[in-house]
Amino acid sequence: MAQNTRRVYLDNNSTTPTDPRVVEAMLPYFYQMPGNAASRNHPFGWEAEEGVDYAREQIASLIKVDPKEIIFTSGATESDNLAIKGVFEMYRSKGNHIITVKTEHKAVLDTCHKLEKMGAEVTYLDVAADGLIDLAALEAAIKPSTILVSVMWANNETGVIQPMKAIGDICARHGVLFMSDATQAVGKIPVSPKETGVHLMAFTSHKMYGPKGVGALYVSRKAPRVKVTAQMDGGGHERGMRSGTLNVPGIVGFGKAAEIAGKEMAQDAERLSKLRDKLEAAFLANLEEVYVNGNRENRMPHVTNISFKHVEGEGLMMTFNQNIALSSGSACTSASLEPSYVLVALGLGDDLAHSSLRFSLGRFTAEEDIDYVIEKVASGVNHMRDLSPIWEMYKEGIDLNSVTWQEH
Amino acid sequence: MAYSDKVLEHFKNPRNVGTMDKSDKNVGTGLVGAPECGDVMRLQIQVDPETNTIVDAKFKTFGCGSAIASSSLATEWLKGKSVDEALTIDNMDIVEELALPPVKIHCSVLAEDAIRSAIADYQQKNGMKVTSNAEKAH
Repeated sequence: MAQNTRRVYLDNNSTTPTDPRVVEAMLPYFYQMPGNAASRNHPFGWEAEEGVDYAREQIASLIKVDPKEIIFTSGATESDNLAIKGVFEMYRSKGNHIITVKTEHKAVLDTCHKLEKMGAEVTYLDVAADGLIDLAALEAAIKPSTILVSVMWANNETGVIQPMKAIGDICARHGVLFMSDATQAVGKIPVSPKETGVHLMAFTSHKMYGPKGVGALYVSRKAPRVKVTAQMDGGGHERGMRSGTLNVPGIVGFGKAAEIAGKEMAQDAERLSKLRDKLEAAFLANLEEVYVNGNRENRMPHVTNISFKHVEGEGLMMTFNQNIALSSGSACTSASLEPSYVLVALGLGDDLAHSSLRFSLGRFTAEEDIDYVIEKVASGVNHMRDLSPIWEMYKEGIDLNSVTWQEH
Repeated sequence: MAYSDKVLEHFKNPRNVGTMDKSDKNVGTGLVGAPECGDVMRLQIQVDPETNTIVDAKFKTFGCGSAIASSSLATEWLKGKSVDEALTIDNMDIVEELALPPVKIHCSVLAEDAIRSAIADYQQKNGMKVTSNAEKAH
């Protein structure tokens, strides 16, 4: 079949392709300009440093901060670790309490779990069925020992955007530092930590059409001046907060990606939200028992997370995964056998969490791709429902909640 | 994770998908797993009471590719076997045949449970002593 050669990538929340314009900007920094940005005594070092400085400006300009407030890291996971562990260590004498949310990325949650073993007290806020936190619950959780609130800008699984400005206001009122993992938001929607009251912000290049292996942490230098304790010791790079030779080609690419995002984000968002809405509307119109997960108003423009009830996500993906790349909240895609904790935190039953697919569109998604995905996924759902005993029971009118299941 | 060719083959061409009349005296139905766990298997056998032989088997499964392949394979193996022979099918036979990775072994366990549960249902319906130990420890 000729169609077997077709490949559609709708997993842009996992990683984005590197934009060819970004690759082009990076190439000279591998061979022609191979210097170490920390080499101060020869042109090779100067050129590398210039490349890094320029990228720092491009990135700072995208998020409207001072270039000096950008710390380069290896990616968002490192940035999350540096922000949270670094704040805990630096501000330990002021308190040991951290507030975060149950739907955060593992880079935040596991970092918090680690700190709990080191004496931190962590509050994990619940979210409502639409994925949003309760601002009153956040405010009520703040106490004198609270040093940090960490809330992600947009969720990686559902695309749900938290009320960042309102959270920033609450943190400012209580004099608490506000950190955000903005990995999924930067470069896709306007993000301005200063206007939002965010003091530390983690993000990464490879979610915005830059290369993998390079990320950044924004650390506010003024009002308030925030400091984090370095988590790696060495040459004192990045104002002493992150030692290690800078990944010059990666940083240059990150900068170029930020520049392109600044120019094209609005048009990309508009185009992709239309395609996303088309995809969603087609499934809702053509299939029964389809549920969109998370708040549909406060949501990233390119993401939808959909449960196809009575079909298991991984099995469903197998019907088209030679041609279409997606993610599932099904347990079977992970080693843990637990379904997505994010969807479970939204109050979805495990059965709906097992039945979910995440579609994340990107700059290189075309309308034909969406038409193809609509057709292939819908036929996959129908095929899997023909195979599904619980779909048959549902169609016979059996209340599945009344069945005594033999759980393992 | 890549699937073995055998899993893919059963997934693409599942054998014996379907539904039997569960009120039929000669039909035994096993329904195991739970939607919350991401796997539900329904396996049915039709037994010839004269010969105590399984003459037909059908399944429907909600689950991942390995769960569907495990139940598809189970129906293939059941046809033509006597009830006693069917009870000798071990989940590890399924693991071996389908080259299931450790994280998917539970799919084979579920298939074995489905076989035992279907046979128990048939035996109960016909007032026979239940010889399949559904409580087999894993």
